[in-house]
Amino acid sequence: MGRRVSIHPGDFDLSAEVAALREGDGAIGAVATFIGTVREHSDGQVVQRMELEHYPGMTEAAIEAMIDAAMARFDIRAARVVHRVGVLEPTDQIVLVAVASAHRGQAFQACEFLMDYLKTQAPFWKKEGTAEGARWVDARASDDAALQRWGIVSGNAG
Amino acid sequence: MKVQVRYFASLREVLGATEAVDVPEGSTLLGLRDLLLRRSRAHATALARERAVRCALDQRLCSEDATLSEGAEVAFFPPVTGG
Repeated sequence: MGRRVSIHPGDFDLSAEVAALREGDGAIGAVATFIGTVREHSDGQVVQRMELEHYPGMTEAAIEAMIDAAMARFDIRAARVVHRVGVLEPTDQIVLVAVASAHRGQAFQACEFLMDYLKTQAPFWKKEGTAEGARWVDARASDDAALQRWGIVSGNAG
Repeated sequence: MKVQVRYFASLREVLGATEAVDVPEGSTLLGLRDLLLRRSRAHATALARERAVRCALDQRLCSEDATLSEGAEVAFFPPVTGG
């Protein structure tokens, strides 16, 4: 099994990541993936650039623990998370979550679970650059609510 | 005893990335934050009680009642916004 978590400035290739996730496992019958990308508008303003900061070491460990939780909760074969850091531009890819399982239901669910978890519990911070200057993105209560659906309490935005 | 304090995102911009702090034996994160609040006007503003500040102890999210030990790595940061 390849590495489960990668955090780096460079772009990622969906096909290559999924190929690595599936490699040599004939029990896999479904792969669900999610990709988050940089929107060009935020709160009515044009986003010129997006800067992503993380907590080296802690971020990787937090996501590893999330994947452990997903493996325990769902009947899945493998999962992988790639997250970019540094300076990104609108339309750039930010994050990939990929999950492989025998049947589609568990892959879909685990993919959403991981993304909901990551949004509120992984130490990343976004700073948007607009014509009016740079601003740190506010956490959303709706992201805490999304995680709560899985029975996990999060007070990140609160 | 000495602990290492790290700041991220908007807190890092104001307070710097890291500082070493002397705290009494048996201090909690709450006690450390109170001590930091008195360090400077910038600390008092950035770490103010009414602001949403998250913390981690030895690279794990934790609550402010966690007890510190010698050489601990403590981090303060705003709510996370990845993904």
